[in-house]
This record gives sequence, C-alpha cells and structure tokens, in this order.
Amino acid sequence: MLLASRSFCCLGIRTYQHQTDLFSRSIKLSASATMAFRHKNARRIEGLESNMWVEFTKMAADPSIVNLGQGFPDISPPNYVKEELAKASADDRLNQYTRGFGHPLLVKVLSQVYGRVCGRKVDPLTDILVTVGAYGSLFSTIQALIEEGDEVIIIEPFYDCYEPMVKMAGAKPVFIPLRYKNNGNSASSADWVLDPAELADKFNSKTKAIILNTPHNPIGKVFTREELQVIADLCIKHDTLCISDEVYEWLVYKGNQHIKIATLPGMWERTITIGSAGKTYSVTGWKLGWSIGPQNLIKHLQVVHQNMLYTCSTPLQEALAQAFWIDYKRMDDPDCYFYSLSRELESKRDRMARLLQDAGLKPVVPDGGYFMIVDVSTLNVDLSDVDAKQAYDYKFVKWMITSKKLSAIPVSAFCGSETKRQFEKYIRFCFIKKDSTLDAAEVILKNWNKQMA
Amino acid sequence: SLQAKMSRPVQSRRLEGVDKNIWVEFVKLAATYSTVNLGQGFPDFPPPDFLKEALVTALSGENHMLHQYTRAFGHPPLVKILAQLFEKLLGQELDPMTNVMVTVGAYQALFCCFQAFVDEGDEVIIIEPFFDCYEQMVTMAGGTPVFVPLRLKAPENGKMMSSADWKLDSAELASKFNERTKAIVLNSPNNPLGKVFSRGELELIADLCVKHDVLCISDEVYEWLVYDGKEHIRIASLPGMWDRTVIIGSAGKTFSATGWKVGWTVGPNRLLQHIRTVHQNSVYHCATAAQEAVAQGFQRELMLYGKPDSYFVQLPKELQKKRDWLVQSLDAAGMKPIIPEGTYFLLADISNFKSDVPDVPNSDEPYDSRFAKWMVKNKGLAAIPLSAFYCGAHKNNYSHFIRFCFAKEEATLKAANDILQKWKQEKTS
Repeated sequence: MLLASRSFCCLGIRTYQHQTDLFSRSIKLSASATMAFRHKNARRIEGLESNMWVEFTKMAADPSIVNLGQGFPDISPPNYVKEELAKASADDRLNQYTRGFGHPLLVKVLSQVYGRVCGRKVDPLTDILVTVGAYGSLFSTIQALIEEGDEVIIIEPFYDCYEPMVKMAGAKPVFIPLRYKNNGNSASSADWVLDPAELADKFNSKTKAIILNTPHNPIGKVFTREELQVIADLCIKHDTLCISDEVYEWLVYKGNQHIKIATLPGMWERTITIGSAGKTYSVTGWKLGWSIGPQNLIKHLQVVHQNMLYTCSTPLQEALAQAFWIDYKRMDDPDCYFYSLSRELESKRDRMARLLQDAGLKPVVPDGGYFMIVDVSTLNVDLSDVDAKQAYDYKFVKWMITSKKLSAIPVSAFCGSETKRQFEKYIRFCFIKKDSTLDAAEVILKNWNKQMA
Repeated sequence: SLQAKMSRPVQSRRLEGVDKNIWVEFVKLAATYSTVNLGQGFPDFPPPDFLKEALVTALSGENHMLHQYTRAFGHPPLVKILAQLFEKLLGQELDPMTNVMVTVGAYQALFCCFQAFVDEGDEVIIIEPFFDCYEQMVTMAGGTPVFVPLRLKAPENGKMMSSADWKLDSAELASKFNERTKAIVLNSPNNPLGKVFSRGELELIADLCVKHDVLCISDEVYEWLVYDGKEHIRIASLPGMWDRTVIIGSAGKTFSATGWKVGWTVGPNRLLQHIRTVHQNSVYHCATAAQEAVAQGFQRELMLYGKPDSYFVQLPKELQKKRDWLVQSLDAAGMKPIIPEGTYFLLADISNFKSDVPDVPNSDEPYDSRFAKWMVKNKGLAAIPLSAFYCGAHKNNYSHFIRFCFAKEEATLKAANDILQKWKQEKTS
C-alpha cells in the first residue's frame, strides 16, 4: 500500500516536472519530504554529525583574528622537507599508484627509525601501515579491532575524534579523567594524573582497548614510565589492546622523555602505535600517518585500508621518505629535526606561558606537544547572559574571538558529557606559531590586563 | 595470550569476507614477472604538463601554508571550480560548500557512500562485471550485495564485439528491486567492459530508482574517456534523479595522475551531509597541495571546455588511437577483443590460446585467472582476469576473457604487440 502510494507520488513528480519551474520545484520539495524516510543515514553515524572544529575554524578564519586555536603550525616546514616534495612533484614516475599499504621507500625508512627507537626489528611490509594522517590510522585501527559490545577506555580530556570513532564502530566509550593533584603554585602538565584505582575500575571483560595519547593533547602531559607501567599492567591483566597515539612523540621538552608503551614488557604484541608526518615535520597538510605494531594486528588494519582508500598519495610518501632518510642518518646529531624542532618550540612554550602569566593567568605548562591549557575563570568574564546550556569555555572562546580577536579552543570539547563541567574553565592555546603571531597575541593579552586593572 | 582470552578473534566482525583482494596478488605477479604491464589500471605516461606545473608552482610559491590543513570538506578553490564545472554539466545550480566534497581518490568517496547509507539488512544492487571494491565495501557496511549481470549478445556476421553488446535484461533488473533495496551502484563508463550506458539504459535504471525510492551511487571516474563520438550521460541529470544520486569522480583518471589520490562527490546536500559525517570521522582532511594543483587544472579545462586544446578533448583522442592499436594487435594475434566505448580498458577473448593452459578439472580457481597468471609468468604480459570482477558465485560465468589496460605509451603497446605476435607464431609453427 505504502509502496503504491509512493510510486504514485513519484510518478506525479515526473509529470509535474514538465510544468513551470516554480510549481515543479515546490512539488519536488514536498515529494522530497516524503522521500526523506528512505534517504536516512546509516545507524553507525547517528548522532555523529556535529563537529566543533567546523564552527571554530570558521570563526577563526577571519584574517584579523590571531589564531592560536586549531593545531597547525604557521611556521614554515624545514626547507629540505619542502624541497623533497618539490622534487617528488617533478618526478614523472611518482604520479601513479604506489604500494597500497605504504610506499616501499617510506615503510623501509619508518622501519629503520622505529626499529631504532623501539629497540626491535620492525618489518616494513607487515608491521607498518601508512594512512591518511594519524587520523586515518586511528580510524583504521578502531574499525579493524573494535566492534559492538566492546568497551574502549578513553582518558579525558581527549583528542575529540576518539569518541565518535569508537561510537561509529558500535562500541561504548568509557571515560576516565586526568585529575589535577594540588601541588602548590606551579601548574605543570605533570600535575595532571590518573588515579590508578579509578583506572583499574574501568577495566572489565568487555574492555577491548584503551586509547593512550602521549604526549597528550590538550594538556601536554608526557606520561612517565611508572604511569605507563600502571596502564600496561592493566592491559596485560585484562588482555586489552592499547591504541597509542604518539603524534607529538618528538615534541618533548627538557627534563622529559617520550617513552613508547609498546616497548614495555608484554606490550608490543597488544599495541598499535600511531605517528604523524604532519606533527613530525610541521606539514599537517600532507596528511600522512602510520600505524606500527605486530603483524597479527596490523594485518587487520591493512584489510580496512584496502577497503577504504587503498593507496595514499605517491609523491607525498616519496617526499616524506626522503625527509626521513635525511633525519634517520643524523639521529645521533642534535641538528636532527626530531630534536631541533622541540628546542625551537620550547622557547615558544616558555614565551606563551610568560604572556599568559603576565596577563594574570595560570597556564598549565606542558612537558610536551604544542598546546597549553589555561584556567580563564580568574578573568571573571561574566557570560551568564549568553546561552546557559553552552559550556563556559565555549562561550568564553567565542566572546574572546569576537571581542579580543584572539582564538583558542575550549577544553570541554575534549571531554565526555559527564566531565565537561570539570574542564569548562580551561581553554587551549596552540603555540607552534611564528614570532609575529605570538607578538600579536602578546599585544592582545597585555591590553587585556590593562583593561582589567 | 590475546587469542586465548577471547573466544572470538581479535579483529572486528565487519572484516569478515572482505580480507581477500586480488590486486595484492596480481600486482605482485606483475612486479615480479612482467615485462609489459597492461594489468592494473594506471597510465604509464605522465600527467599533462599544465597539471605538473600547477603542483610545482603551488609548492614553490611564497605561501608555505599549502603544507598545512585546508578546509576538511574540500580546499575552497577546488570545490568552487568543481561546482562551476558540474553546474555546467548538469544544468543545475550548485553550492560548492554543500553539494561538493573532496575525498582521497574516488575509492574513499565510494567508502563514504556505503558507510553513510548502508545498514545491516540493506540490499545494494551491483551490476556485473564490477570494479571489485563495490562488493567488499557493501559487505563491510553490513549490506547485502545483489548482483545483476550485463549479458553478452555477440554480434553476427563475425563482426568484432563491442562493449555495447553487453546489456541488462530489463525484467531481470526490475526483479532485483524490493523494499530492502537501499541503493544501486552504477559505473559508466564501466570498468572492466568499457561500456558507456545509453540514455535508454540509464532511463531504465532511473525509472526503477524513482519507483522504488532507491539511491544511486554513480561512479563516473572515466567520464571523460569516451570514444567514437559517444556521449557520457550523467544519470543525475535525468528526471527525479538529482535528489537521489551521488556522483563520484576522480582526478587520477581525469588528469592521468592516479598517484595523487584526489576524488570528489557531487550531490544534494541532503545526501552529502551524511557523507561529510563519515568523512569527518574517518580521515577528515585531504592533503592540501594536490587539491590546489587539481583546482588549477580544472580552471584551465573550464576555460578551454570543448576546444581542441582541452585535455578532456585530447586525452580521449589519444586513448582512442591506443585503443584501436591494441584492438588491432589482439585481433591479429588471434585474441578476440571487445571494442570498448569508453574507459582505458578492454576485454579480449583468449579462447584461441586455451591449449597453452590446460583445464584443471575441479579447480577452485577460475580458468581466466590461471590463464592470466600463466601468461604473466611465461610471456611477461600482465593482464587481469575478468572473473576478478564477478562475485564468488559468478566467477565462472565467463571463463575466457582477460582485461587489458591501454593507457600506455606507444613503446609499451608495441612491446605488447611483439609478445602477442611471437606467441601467435609459436602456436602456428
């Protein structure tokens, strides 16, 4: 009955289309309304349509805004990296498909670099998958290994895509917050810790994986060996996988060391470690990342990949491979970009912290990464007349963009719904910015302070 | 151990049945044995100069921000020019921000479509022979692929077969549609046959889509590669179809740059919004520099549209010559080519060469696959068996066709000819 009436309606459209535009368009629209039922999206994406980046990047796109929001460098990538892409683009042989799971030259050098870093043999063909950014690696990993009925532990605050990706795979995200342990005056990312008992409580027989992000976005925490051991012990005890997002692995500041959880005993066989060209070489627009792990896990990521996009860009992979070779050969040299970038960023970090402190704020100084969070509640900006349902930090950032021409990202965007209120006084600044950008931020923050006085 | 804990395997159930991939095997064989590779579909000639220059220029400019993220749903210059181009082609107003989305190759566009719309219990009609990923992707999305074959009606009077001789049976097609049918995948021009669906054939499909309220995923990556003055008709331009069609395109095929991995979807916002949701939760951004260069490429083409200098005019002209050359080669050697109306593929009937590869009774592997493997190992000529483009149950429907890619330099095609002629001579002597 329904089918017949729908067919009639559809036949009706076809006849009407011969008539005037206006009339046929209105018929088309109403017919579209009745057709909406069948053009519904698949269940897996239900509720996943909103994305705060769309809104905030749009707002910050105005060139008069000093953009310390979205995490990308406005400094230039190193010259040799740009040159390698220029060379690759001019090479006729590099314009067609390469190997699906990763350009041979690239996986070879990745296996060398990570073999050395991990202190073990990494097979370029079976232990590595090259993906479209670390984002693509996260997706491939989650699609390959996570499904309905699974629980995945996510540490808050978290890079916002973890939650929707876990949900899209049909699984349940289980959140655990980093908590600030009151340690006196200094606020460092190291002050934010997991409660081991609380963490242990989150593990059960349904727990398929835990997602670890170290160095951590947005706080900048670099998990210590002891902290990683707590996580590792639980993974081993409950036979859980570990998805380790280590895109900021090279960006660690003095006194800190990036430790790969995959190198802890019993962890290699249950860990996927994710890296990013964008963060390693300041080329977020290249969108190349990689997953490294044991063959018996990586092979499943490769299956997802071959059913999703098959190959990544050839010239970009070639250029990345060449850049990696240059740095691999000088990994014992302080000039290696893996180390020189973090030195360059450390001074920017320190400057950013000073700017915020001079404005009367207490930034959380990160041990790694290129973000800094800061509690803005002390500025006492009254936004109670604005939409009460929105978290304070969202309102604050929007207000700051429009009235101060400075952008940041609200930290509650990186939290599950239950924890949003805990973090809504924090906003996140990105400091991988050129001097002139930081100069402009300084002007704004100085004036802000003056106004408050 | 991990395996011991879980009674079920470590990988997710959605990977069941999608782990096999014939390309892995055939690409490896070609890499190991072939001297002339007419297998995997990619040109062995470079992209046009203007496109390469566009990339080099983009990268050498002052603006190093091309190395950073661009707009996630598509670099603004690219979506703008695509909207302009498709407005012209479809006779339909388009908003670059909502009616166009850029993807990592057409492959990722297909993935987004299936993930966005196919649920467990949904059926998706796939016309055989088909680009093999369709079946895998529908399965991974939990859907049920429903196959309907193009059937060869060989011409009489010893005329050479054409891709136009492969047709759908309208009653058979209609019988595949039911309440569970969510979408039909259309690929025109068709890989591997080279068939360019006629207006009548598209109207048949459109009528059924409208009648049963079904989506159409229209893979048109070879849209510019049509020969003999044939017209590529876009099903989205047929009555009732714009609202229910997602068009997929590829810079790799359009500009002979398969390694750039830039593709796109075009369609109504009501459908694209869901494709955007999948995209933002899977890869989010596509690489910036190549999008900038492709945008420049399209600017040029839009300016030269329809003129002799247009790459969209020159490329099919060049490829038609190559097609005819290979057709002649194959015919002279005793393989019977099917002249394609479009794409850069053609099929050839290898029945006259069957004696070289004896039948193996009760073999799991289709004959054409064994033949293609033997051929690459023993003759150094790589091609893909037609059975690769059929579902498991239908792999033996046609046992004696292999697919050649002719988007190759003259030297490559000449070398292929040499192999074929030598082979023929060996058989006759």
